[in-house]
Amino acid sequence: MAVIDYDRAPEFATAGYDSPAASRLHALWETKPGLIGWLSTVDHKELGVRYLVTAFAFLLLGGLEALIMRLQLAQPNEHLLSPEQYNQIFSMHGITMIFLYAQPILSGFSIYLFPLILGTRDMAFPRLNAFSYWAYLAAGLFMYASFLIGAAPNDGWFNYAPYALKQFNPNPNMDFYALGMILLGVSTTAGAVNFLVTFLRLRAPGMSINRVPILAWGTTTTSVGILLSVPAVSLAFFLLWLDRQFGTHFYNPDGQGQPLLWQHLFWMFAHPWVYIIVLPAMGIVSDALPIFCRRPLVGYTVVVLATITTMVLGFGVWLHHMFATGLPFLALSFFSGASFIITVPSAVAVFAWIATIWAGRPVFTTAFLYFAGFVSMFVIGGVSGVMTAAVPADRQLTDTYFVVAHIHYVLIGINLFPVLGGLHVWFPKMTGRMLSERLGRWSFWTVFIGFNMAFLPMHWTGLAGMPRRIYTYPEGMGWDTVNLITTIGAFVLAAGILIFLANIALSRRNGRVAGPNPWDGPTLEWSTPSPPPPYNFPVIPAVASRHPLWEDRLDEGLGRSSIRRGVVLDHGKEALATSTLDGEPDAILKMPEDSLSPLVATIVMTAAFAGLLLHWWMFAGVCAALLLAATIIWLWPERELGQRAEASHG
Amino acid sequence: MTRPHPVSNPRRRRSRWPAAWTAAVTADALCSVAASAETPLGYLEGFGVKTREIAHLTWALLILSIVVVVITSALVVVGALLRRSRAPVGNIEQEPVSRSGRGVAWITIGVSVSTVALIGSMAWTAYTMAAIRAPSQNPAVTIEVTGRQWWWQVRYQSDDPSRVFDTANEIHVPVGKPVRVRVKTADVIHSFWIPAVSDKIDLIPNQTNETWFQADKAGIYRGQCSEYCGKQHAHMGLVLVAEDEASFKAWWDGQLTPAAEPEKSELVRAEGVFLQRCGACHGVRGTSAGGRFGPDLSHLMSRRTIAAATLPNDTGHLSGWVADPQHVKPGNLMPNLGISGPELASVQTYLATLN
Amino acid sequence: MADATDLERLPIGSIGHRASGWWGMLAVIMTEGALFSYLLFSYYYFAVQYGRAFLPPDLPKLHLSVPNTALLLLSSVAVWWAEQGAKLGDRRRLALGLAAALIMGVGFVAVQALEWSEQSFTIASSSYGSLFFTITGFHMAHVIAGDIVLAVLLLWTLLGYFDARRNAAVSIGAIYWHFVDAVWLTLFFTFYVTPRLS
Ligand code: HEA
Ligand code: HEA
Ligand code: HEC
Ligand code: CUA
Ligand SMILES: [Cu+2]
Repeated sequence: MAVIDYDRAPEFATAGYDSPAASRLHALWETKPGLIGWLSTVDHKELGVRYLVTAFAFLLLGGLEALIMRLQLAQPNEHLLSPEQYNQIFSMHGITMIFLYAQPILSGFSIYLFPLILGTRDMAFPRLNAFSYWAYLAAGLFMYASFLIGAAPNDGWFNYAPYALKQFNPNPNMDFYALGMILLGVSTTAGAVNFLVTFLRLRAPGMSINRVPILAWGTTTTSVGILLSVPAVSLAFFLLWLDRQFGTHFYNPDGQGQPLLWQHLFWMFAHPWVYIIVLPAMGIVSDALPIFCRRPLVGYTVVVLATITTMVLGFGVWLHHMFATGLPFLALSFFSGASFIITVPSAVAVFAWIATIWAGRPVFTTAFLYFAGFVSMFVIGGVSGVMTAAVPADRQLTDTYFVVAHIHYVLIGINLFPVLGGLHVWFPKMTGRMLSERLGRWSFWTVFIGFNMAFLPMHWTGLAGMPRRIYTYPEGMGWDTVNLITTIGAFVLAAGILIFLANIALSRRNGRVAGPNPWDGPTLEWSTPSPPPPYNFPVIPAVASRHPLWEDRLDEGLGRSSIRRGVVLDHGKEALATSTLDGEPDAILKMPEDSLSPLVATIVMTAAFAGLLLHWWMFAGVCAALLLAATIIWLWPERELGQRAEASHG
Repeated sequence: MTRPHPVSNPRRRRSRWPAAWTAAVTADALCSVAASAETPLGYLEGFGVKTREIAHLTWALLILSIVVVVITSALVVVGALLRRSRAPVGNIEQEPVSRSGRGVAWITIGVSVSTVALIGSMAWTAYTMAAIRAPSQNPAVTIEVTGRQWWWQVRYQSDDPSRVFDTANEIHVPVGKPVRVRVKTADVIHSFWIPAVSDKIDLIPNQTNETWFQADKAGIYRGQCSEYCGKQHAHMGLVLVAEDEASFKAWWDGQLTPAAEPEKSELVRAEGVFLQRCGACHGVRGTSAGGRFGPDLSHLMSRRTIAAATLPNDTGHLSGWVADPQHVKPGNLMPNLGISGPELASVQTYLATLN
Repeated sequence: MADATDLERLPIGSIGHRASGWWGMLAVIMTEGALFSYLLFSYYYFAVQYGRAFLPPDLPKLHLSVPNTALLLLSSVAVWWAEQGAKLGDRRRLALGLAAALIMGVGFVAVQALEWSEQSFTIASSSYGSLFFTITGFHMAHVIAGDIVLAVLLLWTLLGYFDARRNAAVSIGAIYWHFVDAVWLTLFFTFYVTPRLS
């Protein structure tokens, strides 16, 4: 077996995608064909696309649930659903959208794009990356399995105790949710570790911290947010599960339990979470809107600072979900003030985008339409948030459809719009073919009109006092017409999504061939072929500015980025580690081969959770032991990864 | 928006009700118990000192919001149209890339203006919080409200224990006087909300929350549980009657009277059926019916609605409810009792005496 | 094809703090630290709600927990000593240090189990009991995980996987162990010291 050197000076070379070095790299990085290859791949591009497809499927499921709800609510006193069915459906709608769609879809973008925009060959932990994906899929299936026995979660996405406790909810509905969320938390955490380390360590040489695309900033910031907030929700659900199964007294009011502890733990997580599911999407806009405005983003530095500030402040506003719980006014006013202040960084971003439009020359592509639409939708969702930030006003607005309108404007406006726009931008990169602009415009206008038709009147529904989470409502409350309009709008929106899907289906085969850089974009991913080869870059590019592909025209910085000439790194699967702030070369990393360990670990882990759900304690214990074994095998030092002492160096 | 108008003569309503109850709640039923004819649960107009202050703040923020949205949307649309490039979407590289314009001024100006607006909003919020924090005079009445899946148990407090009484789903208050409300729950979290006069306060286990409100205009207002509490969260309504001091006193005195001793033999039998079938869950003052699981029925006939403001309280709906409560509120905690026709008639006769 | 280079020699693979795993472990510690903060938040939330009434009549005693704390701290020293040995390429010292730490770590778990069996309350008897056993249980699970890490590192040492430059796994395991110890100090302070202060 070849000895792995402890150090070497990396070779410099000029190499394109048809050079001999490239074909060597191709052989090294390629995933094997066939089922085993598919199950064991660690290629971030493959995994990113899988994330996108899976998350989009969950969007359709959640959307389907929403449409059923809208049918039930179209008129007063409908009998389409029983109260319990409605409760399960609205709960799963929220859970699906917030946890299984909104965050994973952004992970999908970032997993696909991180190595490409940062100029490296894969994520820092490729196998962990595969593990995040499998665990996410498993968690989604786990939670959806509850429908099979008619016991889906039925206490809304924020799942307040004591309704979630055994005495009010004896069936396993909540156990599915609790255990599923812990499982999902594992996946999310693994993903966050990966993003953070990739960002800190794997950027191309020369890509100092002030040259990183905003999407990477957004995702990294939210990864830190995830690491600090997800434990709160995993813990909250774990304690809930203990209360339900082992008679502990965390939330259980029989005894000294504190139902409000649930609310604190949940919202300490969930408020940061709502920024976690939008900051990367804002990053998509900050990076992609400028492409279509034909100029760099106005105010890069302040936008990055705004992103970070939003995340930090996001940890200090959770009480604004609890304004009516009877807490002292002093505490409320503090959190109310913080909620007003968190608007400032959002304002920075909004005006940066507007300035970019005004200072640029926008080309009206479909993606541009989505991004421009996003700016207005964000402001509508934002200002309704500001209204609820005012304690007295919120004590009227809370738990009415006004809040439902707020969350859909922020979630659809700041998440779905950038996602759809982003898919138009990067679909060519992923598949090599352009989406049809004609169908794209149709889908945009249908989505835009349907969305506003559904949710703009919903503010009025809320101001007219319609409470959330009611399975039906009487006539004569002034809610009938608006609800009907909302339902129609929801179906128009769904039609827009269908047009989008049709566009994907048609263009995948017949779309115009894209070429490496169809939008004339500035960042490194556009220097690769579409779709990019498994190794991404034949040589590791060296970066000299924020816009490597535009720098000739913008004339920024002193030097020029070097994309076809750089270090080769072809002694096996290798990547370059660079220093955190300046992006100076620091080490040559050995990257792992494809592996089945992530899948195996996911399967035994999920089986262990299923055991806990079914109270098969022994079975769960055995699976946990297997998981431990799988982990040790996974981490076993490998000579090819440069993890073992070489006798020859001893 | 049309002006809501309080309805002050609830009694008129009775005769308008058809006997068939299967239509569930219909428009007039709820309008008749609401402050505002168009939107009984609306809160953009306050009918009490507290909600009036809040309505002002809400309007101010709403107008600010609309202004912000209009301005920013206009900036996006106008900017895009004015600056639109002529390059075809298929060949966007025809529009040269350049670092044209400056742009940073946008951020400075935009953020500065926003900050001023935000500080204004915060000040107004703080002012409103101070204004609604406590009533200007000591509350005249203290009501203890306990939420239950899915109805409201109400107890009127008094220093004189003989003046304390229990009722359910309908509260009366004197007009123009602050009222103190202590809220608790017997099971899960609920939220007490009468939009026209009282903002929300949650009912939380192991905790007693306190709030206050004042109705400044006589009328009948609708309240609603506004924290999700399970299957019948949708049908957990509440009726508030704000009336002049004298009527309020009379009502209170009336609530204190025990049920009349049945005289006619038919009534004695009817009471027997009631005590046997219903007494375990329902209480009636002055009888052996002492159940606490369901609403107190001592003065059921004085209430305008049944089943937590879900149905109007008339003969038809009442017997429909007793015969098949699960049809009206599927999943509610009063089971179908499989009551026979004659039994139902007896119960009905008895209930009619509870006024 | 490859031409002259002006790059310095770079280390290859997992080397010390340049290993991705090291950075990954720092991220894990960050999230685990958050987890324990939320656990302690829950405890103090109850403590603030109920004051003294919340504490059990007989508090968890010091006679086992104090020596146990000392034991855990000592194990950290052993791990540190072992890690320094690894950096010097001294495999014997590495193995010895890890073995000593492992024994102390297992000892901690055993004493802790004894300590648990002494309590007058159970996990289901009161909120305090639920918190006590859950929080110390979380910590115990981390110590057990740490023991497994130490055992595996010891095995790898004995298999000759480490030398003076290739020992990133040791540093990664060591930092985790120090973290688990530091967490214990906060728990010790919370359950054994603060109730005696008031
Ligand atoms: C997608 C994520 C997302 C985002 C980004 C936000 C953004 C904000 N949210 Fe929202 N929020 C949710 C998701 C989100 N929210 C969800 C899911 C819930 C409900 C959970 C549930 O109950 O189910 C919720 C609920 C919620 C509540 C609780 C309501 C209640 O239940 O009673 C509050 C209260 O303060 C609030 C406030 C805010 C504020 C102040 C912002 C701010 O960050 C907004 C800032 C942005 C702007 C204001 C626009 C841009 C600024 C300008 C153009 C400057 C000029 C503006 C002014 C001068 C006003 N949100
Ligand atoms: C990202 C988040 C997200 C998104 C995108 C949506 C999308 C939609 N939501 Fe959702 N919603 C939430 C997050 C989201 N929602 C949350 C968090 C809650 C709170 C839950 C709670 O209270 O606990 C909520 C609650 C909520 C309610 C309130 C329920 C209640 O309180 O009783 C309503 C009611 O109208 C609603 C409606 C809709 C509609 C009509 C859409 C539309 O946009 C959907 C449009 C449709 C599609 C996008 C899919 C198109 C599908 C097809 C064309 C069918 C094809 C299907 C297959 C092939 C399988 N939502
Ligand atoms: C098992 C307990 C139980 C029994 C027995 C029972 N009820 Fe009820 N009843 C309830 C509960 C619980 C409610 C509240 C339902 C709700 O609104 O959600 C209720 C509500 C009512 C109401 C509406 C009260 C109001 O003010 O809204 C009436 C009237 C009523 N019951 C009458 C009867 C009669 C008559 C009988 C016997 C024939 C009876 N109940 C037997 C539990 C019971
Ligand atoms: Cu009670 Cu909702
Ligand atoms: Cu929030």
